[in-house]
Amino acid sequence: MSRQFRESSLYQLCLSRLREFIRQPDILFWTYGFPLLMLLAMGLAFRNAEPSPLSIDVIGPRADQVAALLNQPPKLLATIADSSDWKKRLQSGKTSVVVHTSDDESRFEFWSEPTRPESQLARITVEAVLLRERTSAEALQIADERLEEIGTRYIDFFVPGMLALNLMGGGLWGVGYVIVDMRVRKLLKRLMATPMRRWHFLLSILIVRVLFSVCEVTVILCFSYFVFGVVCRGSLLELVLVMAIGGATFGGIGLLAASRVQSSQAIGGLMNLIILPMWFVGGVFFSSERFPDEIQPVLKSLPFVAMVDSLRAIMMDGESIRTLGMPIAVMCLWGSACVAIALKIFRWR
Amino acid sequence: MQAAIRAVNLFKSYPGKPPVEAVRGIDLEVLEGECFGLLGPNGAGKTTTMEMLEGLLEPSSGTIEILSHHWGRDDTTIRSLIGISLQETRLSDRLTVRETVDLFRSFYPKPTSTDAAIATVSLEEKVNTYVEKLSGGQLQRLAIATAIVGDPKILFLDEPTTGLDPQSRRQLWDVIRAYQSQGRTILLTTHYMDEAERLCDRVAVVDHGKTIAIGTPSDLIRQYGGEHVVEFNTAPASPPLDIPALSQLHGVDSCRMTDAGYLLVVREPHVAISSLFEYCQQNGQSLSQLTTRQSTLEDVFIALTGRHLRDGNVSEDIKAAS
Repeated sequence: MSRQFRESSLYQLCLSRLREFIRQPDILFWTYGFPLLMLLAMGLAFRNAEPSPLSIDVIGPRADQVAALLNQPPKLLATIADSSDWKKRLQSGKTSVVVHTSDDESRFEFWSEPTRPESQLARITVEAVLLRERTSAEALQIADERLEEIGTRYIDFFVPGMLALNLMGGGLWGVGYVIVDMRVRKLLKRLMATPMRRWHFLLSILIVRVLFSVCEVTVILCFSYFVFGVVCRGSLLELVLVMAIGGATFGGIGLLAASRVQSSQAIGGLMNLIILPMWFVGGVFFSSERFPDEIQPVLKSLPFVAMVDSLRAIMMDGESIRTLGMPIAVMCLWGSACVAIALKIFRWR
Repeated sequence: MQAAIRAVNLFKSYPGKPPVEAVRGIDLEVLEGECFGLLGPNGAGKTTTMEMLEGLLEPSSGTIEILSHHWGRDDTTIRSLIGISLQETRLSDRLTVRETVDLFRSFYPKPTSTDAAIATVSLEEKVNTYVEKLSGGQLQRLAIATAIVGDPKILFLDEPTTGLDPQSRRQLWDVIRAYQSQGRTILLTTHYMDEAERLCDRVAVVDHGKTIAIGTPSDLIRQYGGEHVVEFNTAPASPPLDIPALSQLHGVDSCRMTDAGYLLVVREPHVAISSLFEYCQQNGQSLSQLTTRQSTLEDVFIALTGRHLRDGNVSEDIKAAS
């Protein structure tokens, strides 16, 4: 590295930001550890495991035979029940359906609970098993095929949302909070008293933000690939491009948020005001298309929803960036408008 | 000698109801190579004046010239010619002393070396220490190092020793004096009298946003403080002395009451003290705690404003009788 480069103010400004950041272990944890913990929790909680077997209570004179017939692991778990407390067991959800047998082979009494989906499912399944027992194998022939492809699991849906959350948080806190903190400490004013070029200062914050975003995103992508086998079905390069646009957009929003705020409490509140609604309506945990049609245009014009949608389109559906003109335009518009206003009203002291 | 800083009729008011007039007509001329002190109580307008001179605040009216340059036209040039230490800047905690100075050094076109700046403020032993681990005095010296690393012609120091223990203050004085002896111009604010007397070639006394006196400390003392001060008290529970009568005594310039008793401003202490003894004998009063000392800038300030420098408000018990 040449001496001239090492002594340039842009390099020194970037270096200072980097050092300040990596020397704070607690911030490192919240930036890297927390998203990974969340991914792990989500991945495990919504694993596509076999559903647990439906439990059935069988009562009556032919309980032994019928229970043996119904006991078909892993789908059904039939037990011969005590005739006294079956109602209580059904009420408390310990069993999904209660089958009363009689001496007549073709007569049954089913007790189920109409409001519980698994009770209804158990009832239908029991009925099908009993029916099949009484018909010939030729009467109904079914070939069982199962869709078990990577890319359709919940974790595949969740990872793009997590990337977007990270880029939003990084942009807002990493730009907005950092600037306000320097203003509160009067460091911004002190820097303004030197011949430092203002664009060097802003550029250094942007450069450092991009560096950290790259690291954070890489960590999340690698973790979800190695632990859950999540892959990007579209072009990785295009994914990176969309993330860069999204990160820059939220950096711009962070800059605007920070442009006049004078206290760290105020900027914290402002950040939460922007971030919290996105956790609910942004489509990270469930698709934002589940909201009513009337508010869809509003949601689609939010930069966060645009970012989640484009990341998901590339990662899950393998779409090309060319089909994502609309959401990318939304992000660019928000980003450039925020930066333009921020530069106009920015308080340097 | 040429003027390094020239300010004419500076005004600064902040909008509000009613508008706050922080500075109401300040004129200054600081010569090259001079250490100049702005002296005044808290809220007198010292910091506002400094920040206008530093180009951080725009004056409501008035003109400022820094080494023949003007703010608004040659900002970058001026900024590379001056070094600044603000009140209460919090530098980044997790950077070391060297890293901090390196950062500030990178902003200037013709800086000195980082090591030289650190050596000037005697922080060589702390070069690799994090800023958060420095004491108050060391932090102030680091702030000065960031101001001088750009090799400035003028150094602005806003209350450099406020809140420091006596030893740290003395260390800082050494730094400032050493820097001035290299022919640099220094403008500092302080509300410590002894500091101004020790460091400054000339001082301007500022009160309520105006300069009320300018001169060398010894000139100001001679002019407003009298040469000497005699302080005394009477026996407990004795009736108060007649202040106008005391002021008329032979060799006494003026008299006033203080927190601790009475204070006479005199030209020749031996003449004044003997007439004071005579007066007390005639009036059946006995003296206690008689002391004499040289006048200080503190006395100048009280003579000019009727107030102590360190308290903002007029105390009831201090009444100028001269």
